[in-house]
Amino acid sequence: MKKLRLATLWLDGCSGCHMSLLDADERLLELTAFFDIVYSPLVDVKQFPEKVDITCIEGPISSPEDERLLAEVRKRTRLLVAMGDCAVTGNIPAMRNIEGAPAMLQNIYTGQELLQPQVPGTDIPILNDKALPIHHFVPVDLFIPGCPPSADTLFTTLTALVKGETDQIPLPACFGA
Amino acid sequence: MTTPILTLTIDGKEVSGLATETILQVARENGFSIPTLCWLEGLTSVGSCRLCMVELRGSTALHPACITLIQEGMTVTTSSERLLRYRRAIIELLFSERNHACAVCVVNGHCELQSLAQQLGLDHISFPGLYPALPVDASHSRFVMDHNRCILCTRCVRVCSEIEGAHTWDVKDRGIRSRIVADLDTPWGDSTTCTGCGKCVHVCPTGALFEKGKSVAEMFKKPPALPYLKATRAQEV
Repeated sequence: MKKLRLATLWLDGCSGCHMSLLDADERLLELTAFFDIVYSPLVDVKQFPEKVDITCIEGPISSPEDERLLAEVRKRTRLLVAMGDCAVTGNIPAMRNIEGAPAMLQNIYTGQELLQPQVPGTDIPILNDKALPIHHFVPVDLFIPGCPPSADTLFTTLTALVKGETDQIPLPACFGA
Repeated sequence: MTTPILTLTIDGKEVSGLATETILQVARENGFSIPTLCWLEGLTSVGSCRLCMVELRGSTALHPACITLIQEGMTVTTSSERLLRYRRAIIELLFSERNHACAVCVVNGHCELQSLAQQLGLDHISFPGLYPALPVDASHSRFVMDHNRCILCTRCVRVCSEIEGAHTWDVKDRGIRSRIVADLDTPWGDSTTCTGCGKCVHVCPTGALFEKGKSVAEMFKKPPALPYLKATRAQEV
């Protein structure tokens, strides 16, 4: 059987979903029988490759760079998976949406008594005013809620995707827990 | 005068109930599950959350089961694709209207809104979030009111008024601007009517009302036995 090309993308998340994926422990070896990981924070590839079968995205869209990458990923991916609450609902990064990014940055970096209070502004992506779930930008094929989704949930999902079962995945996951 | 007993059909099964009973009561007595959020046994039903809507034969409209009395020969459908679609939409609208970040909520794992979303198979919110700027009232010495999590079910208002008899809580404004307020919109801590009984906290289905100083693992709601409290109060009077 030809191995599927799997990518995982880390946007404005905390990496918890990727940690949860690693938490599948030795079952990851079972998965490697079915997948080649072609792009991920867990491997050293700089450019998002062409013709990817499945991309799991962690984190919401928080910057123009995220938006650009997401559009590219969608074009090159057959099956897009929103992995975890941040990608699904915006979750914790979206808590800044109440007051907007500039107000949040001011509050965090200058709102307290610091030695050199300043908002970092160079060599980092400029934040969008709102952190938004990925399905607000591109069509998403599968949503896995959870903060983070458990290793079991992620393993079950990936196993089901190998079998081509995209509609009937029994996900015990819910928002938050 | 005795209350007449009426017969009706719920999801194809013939059942009977007292003429004073609602569709929800008869359905639950007969093992049918209808989701609810604003309804709580022992409190007046207000039919505000609309989750318990059912289909009645001969009517194109949907009817809230918690405030619709049964009628002779009524034919009720409690679950259908259409009802499920509407129920999901209600939950999605509740999530999008305020700021519900389950991961950092003190009742994460014990929340009725969260579990209903899971039960109804909701895996994302299709409506855009409104992200309103809402306050958190931590002025009370033991409890906190977080408007970000409030779904305006008014269980707190009703339990305070009908069971505790204090009527500290009420609702101000209308529609999307509605807010739960204590004592004519004063900080909860300054309330002169609040007895600190905590019933509102424990009937709240979400993390809108919670106890101070409790962690996620500790802050699960213990709804008081309202029908029992009501009955014993009636005896005293």
